[in-house]
Amino acid sequence: MTRFLKSRMRSVMLVALFAAAFSLITTLSPVAQAKNIKIGFSMALTGALAGGGKQALEAMKIWRDDINAKGGMLGRQVELKYYDDQTNPKNVPGIYAKLLDVDKVDFIVSGYGTNLIAPAMPVAIDRDVVFMGLFGMNNNKKWKYEKYFQILPAGPDPAVGFSENWFKAIETFKPKTIALLSADAGFARNLKEGAITNAKRAGYEIVYNQNYPPKTADFTPIVRAVNAKKPDIFYIASYPNGSAGLVRAIAEVGTDAKAVGGGMVGLQFSGLMAGLGPNLNGILNYDFYVPEPTMALYPGASELIERYQNKVKTEGLKTDALGYYLVPWAYAYLDILGQAVNAVGKIDHDAIAEYIHKTEFTSVVGKVAFGDNGEWTTSRTIVVQYQNIKNNDLSQFAQPGVRKIMYPADIKTGSPVTFNSLR
Amino acid sequence: MEFTELLLNAIVAGILLGGFFAALSIGLSICFGLLDTVNIAHPTIIVGAAFCTFLLNDLLGIDPILAGLILTPVFFILGLAIYSMYYQFFEKQSAEALRGLAFFFGLLFIAEVLMIMAFGVDHRLVSAPYIGNSFTTALAGMEFSIPYRLLAAFVVASAMTVGLQVYLSKSFFGRATSAVHQDGMALSLMGVDPVMVKRIAFALGLATCGLAGALMIIVIPIEPAVGRFFIGNVFAIVVLGGLGSISGTLVAAFILGIAESVVSTFFGPSWAPAVSFAILLGVLAFKPTGLFGSGDTR
Amino acid sequence: MRFKFEIGCVLVLLACFIFTQADINRFYYFAGFAILQYVMISTAWNILGGYGGYINFGTAGFLGVGSYAAIALIEFYGAGIIEQIVAAGIIAGFLGLAIGFFTLRLKGVYFAIATLALAIVLETIVNNWDYVGGAAGVSILPPRKPELLGILIVDRKGDGIFQNNKEYLFFLMAVMAVMSVWIARTIEFGKLGRGLNAIKDNEEAAECMGVPTLKLKLVATVISGALMGMAGAIFPSYVTYVDPPTAFNLELAVNSLAMPMIGGTFTWIGPVVGSILLGTVQQVAIVTISSEINLLIIGVLLIFFVTVAPQGIVGWFMKKNK
Repeated sequence: MTRFLKSRMRSVMLVALFAAAFSLITTLSPVAQAKNIKIGFSMALTGALAGGGKQALEAMKIWRDDINAKGGMLGRQVELKYYDDQTNPKNVPGIYAKLLDVDKVDFIVSGYGTNLIAPAMPVAIDRDVVFMGLFGMNNNKKWKYEKYFQILPAGPDPAVGFSENWFKAIETFKPKTIALLSADAGFARNLKEGAITNAKRAGYEIVYNQNYPPKTADFTPIVRAVNAKKPDIFYIASYPNGSAGLVRAIAEVGTDAKAVGGGMVGLQFSGLMAGLGPNLNGILNYDFYVPEPTMALYPGASELIERYQNKVKTEGLKTDALGYYLVPWAYAYLDILGQAVNAVGKIDHDAIAEYIHKTEFTSVVGKVAFGDNGEWTTSRTIVVQYQNIKNNDLSQFAQPGVRKIMYPADIKTGSPVTFNSLR
Repeated sequence: MEFTELLLNAIVAGILLGGFFAALSIGLSICFGLLDTVNIAHPTIIVGAAFCTFLLNDLLGIDPILAGLILTPVFFILGLAIYSMYYQFFEKQSAEALRGLAFFFGLLFIAEVLMIMAFGVDHRLVSAPYIGNSFTTALAGMEFSIPYRLLAAFVVASAMTVGLQVYLSKSFFGRATSAVHQDGMALSLMGVDPVMVKRIAFALGLATCGLAGALMIIVIPIEPAVGRFFIGNVFAIVVLGGLGSISGTLVAAFILGIAESVVSTFFGPSWAPAVSFAILLGVLAFKPTGLFGSGDTR
Repeated sequence: MRFKFEIGCVLVLLACFIFTQADINRFYYFAGFAILQYVMISTAWNILGGYGGYINFGTAGFLGVGSYAAIALIEFYGAGIIEQIVAAGIIAGFLGLAIGFFTLRLKGVYFAIATLALAIVLETIVNNWDYVGGAAGVSILPPRKPELLGILIVDRKGDGIFQNNKEYLFFLMAVMAVMSVWIARTIEFGKLGRGLNAIKDNEEAAECMGVPTLKLKLVATVISGALMGMAGAIFPSYVTYVDPPTAFNLELAVNSLAMPMIGGTFTWIGPVVGSILLGTVQQVAIVTISSEINLLIIGVLLIFFVTVAPQGIVGWFMKKNK
C-alpha cells in the first residue's frame, strides 16, 4: 500500500509534523512578568489523590491572598503557577522542568503525597533549590538533600514517628497480640513498616500481617481472617477506598480487638465521615487537626479553616466541605517558605535553606522546626477516637466531642476505651 | 471447625461479591459479547450512575436501589444516543472494533472530567438502613454473618441477570439480538432492521448501568476515577464466561468472586488479583472461547 | 538511492545529538523524551497489532517488566543503563515468547483480554516483590558520572559528552526510537510483514497457503515485546521513582493503541505520526492547562481523530492524493 505513497510527500509530512510539534512546545515560552514572585508546583487535580490535591490548592490560594495583602514576598506580589499531575508520577519531572525552565518560577514546592514528591526530588536537587514537601513519607531517605523540608508532623523518622503516639495511646489496653493490614501502596506500606517497628519495641506478638490491593471491593473476608487470629489490637494503614470498606466490614462482621485503626487515610475527609456516620464510632485513628478546644496551640488554624469553609460555600467549590485534614498544612508549608524568604531578604537558596534549618517557625500548625533530613524534629500526629456519632449529618463533625484527642497527653480531651464499648 | 467456618463464610462472601461483579459486567456482556462494541467506558458510566444515585439519595432521600431503578430509563436513552454516534462513525463504515476502542477510551476520559466538574473529586457514600449491618445466624455450631448491602447487590444482580436472560432467549427481540450477532444479513432478509436491533440492545446494556451504579455506591465509596479499577475485572468476567452468554457471565462473576474471597481469607488479599486473572488465562489456554462461549472465535 | 531511509535515520539522530548539545531549556528534553518513548512503544505495538491484526492490550505488562528488570539489575549490582536496556529487552522478548505460546491460539478480543490479564498478573507479582520496592515503590539514584567503554558520558563540568543525565537519556531514547522504526520498516517490506498481513486478512487462508502462521506470530510477538521492554527499561532512570501503578499504568495501554490508530496502522510511518501528534498534544496539555480540562481535551481529540480519519492520518492523506 505504501508504494502508492510518494516518498517525498512522506518526508515532507514528517518534517512538517516535527515542526508543528516543536512550535507548539516553543509557543509555551514565558510571558514576561518579571515583577511577581512565582511559586511553582504540580498538584493532583484529577485521579486518585485529587480529593486532597484540590483541598490543598484552595488553602494555598488563601495563603497567596494573605501574603499579597501583607505586601508579598520581598515586596513583590506572589503568583502561584501549577499544573495537574493527574496523580501520575510520570508527569511530575516534566512539569517541574517546565516550571523551572520555561515559566522561570522563583521557588518550587511539592504536590500532595509521597508518590508525587518522589519524582520531583531529583529535579530540585539538580537545580539545587529549596524544595518544600507536602505530606511526603520518607522522601529524603535515599537522597539526603539538605534543601528539602517536609510538613507532615511525623518526627525525624517519619515511618516510625507516624504511629508512635498511637502505640502509646493503646498501652492502656495492655495488649499482647497485634494484627497489621496495609494497602498495597507506597504511603500505607511505609506506615505499616513503622508500626511493625513500634509493635516489636513494645514486645507485641504479630499474629497477622497482610496487604490488600487498592481495588478490593469487599473487605469482609479480610476482617474474618483477622478475627480468626484473635488479635488484641488491629492496626490498619489504608487508603480512602479501603478505609471506608474496612470500617463497614468491621461494622458488619464485628471484631473483638480492643483497638482498631491507626493509619486509616480518608476517614478525615468530609465525604467519608458523613457517609460512614455511626459506623465510625470506636475507631482509633491518627489525625492532624480536629475541632477540639485544646487545639488552640495552633494559632490561627481555626480561623483559617473557617475562611476555607466560607470560601467553599460562597464560591461553590467542589472540594472537601470541612477541610480539617490538609488546609492548615498546605497553608503552613508555603507560609514557612514565605517567612524564610522575607527574613533572608533575597532569593538565595543556600541562605534560605540554612535559615529554615536553624529557625523555629510559628505558623498555623504551631511551632515547627526541621531536622537535618528536612523532617520535623518531633512527632505531632494526634490520636483521636470517634464517638457519639448519631447519624450521617456532616455538621456534627465540625463540633467538639466527636473526635476526641487521646494523645499527646498535653492536649488530650479523652481517654481511649475499647472498640466495642463505643458501638 | 474454625477452618470450615472460615471457608464457608469465605464462599458465601464470594458468592455475594460475585453478584456485585455480575451487576457490573452484565451490561457489558450485551454490548461487548453480543454486539462487539468494546465499551471500555462501561465501568465509568456505572460510576456516573452511582453519582446520580448519590444525588437522588442525598437531596431527595430516595432509597439507592429505587434511585437505580429510576435511572435505568435515563441510561437507556443515553445508550441510544451513544450507539447512534458509534454507528455513524464506525459500524456504518464497517471499521474494525479496534477503532471503536479508541472511541470509548475518549468517552471514558470525557465522562471522568464531566463527573469531576459536576460532582467534585471527593469520595461519596450513601446511607440506607441496610448498609453497615448484617444478618447473623448460627448453623451447625458455626456463625455466619451476611452483610445486607452485599446481599442487596446479590439479589438485585441475580434478578437483573435472570430477567435479561429470559428476555433475550424468549422474546422476539431477544432472539433477533442473538441473530444479529450471528448473521445480520439473514435478519434483514426477514424484514428486521439489524441496526435498530443493535441500537436497542446496546441501550439495554447501558440501562443496566443505572442499577449497577446504585449497587456500586452501596458497596464501595465512589470517586470519578474509580471506574478504572474495574475495567480489568469486567472484561475478564465477560470473556471468562464466553462472549454472548449472559448466564456464562453470571457464572464467571461467581467464580472470580469466590476466588478473590477465598484467596483473601487464606493466602492474603495481596495475591487475589493474580489468582483471578490466572484463572482467566488458564481457562483460555484450554478453552479459547471461555466457559460457555460458542465455537466461533472472533 | 538505496539507503535513503537509513541516511534519513542517521540525519535524525544527528539532529537529536546537536539538539542535546545546544544550550536550551531542559524542559524540551523531558517533553522530547516522553514523545520519543511513545514513538518506540507504538511502533513496537504496531508490529503485532497493525501488521498482524493481533491487539495487544497488555503493553503495560511488557513495559512494566522492562522497567522492573532494570530496577532489579540496579539493585543487584548497580548496572549501567545500557546493560539494563539489553537485559530488559531479552527478558521481555522471552516473555513475549511465553505469552505467544499461551495466547496466540486465541483470536481477536480473546487475545486482547488475555494480554490484559497477563499485565494484571505481572503487576500483582511486582506488588509483592519487595526486592524491587514492591507496592511501596522505589527511588533510583542515577549515577553522577556514567561511563561507557571508558568514555565519560555525562559530566556537569563539561568533560563528558553530555552536560546532563537528561540529555544523555534523551539521546539514548532517540537512538532506540529510530532503531525500532527501522526494524518495523524492515519487517513491513520483508517476508515477515507480508506474512503478517496475510494473517490479518484471513488467517485460515494464509495457513492453507502454507504461511507458517504460528511461527510468524511468535516472531512478531518476541520482537514487539523486546522493543517494549527496552522502552520500559529506560523509564526508571527518567522518572527516578517507580511504583507498580505507574509502571503498569492504563494510560500506556490507551496510548500504545490510540497512537498507531490515529496515525494509521498499515505502515511504519503511521505510529510515528500518531505518537508525535498525540504525544505532543498530551505533553502540551499537561503543562499549559492547570485543571482537569487537559484530560477532557485528550478525550475529545481521541474521538475526533478516530471519527474524522478512520484510516488514520496517513490513510487520510493518501486518499486525498489519489
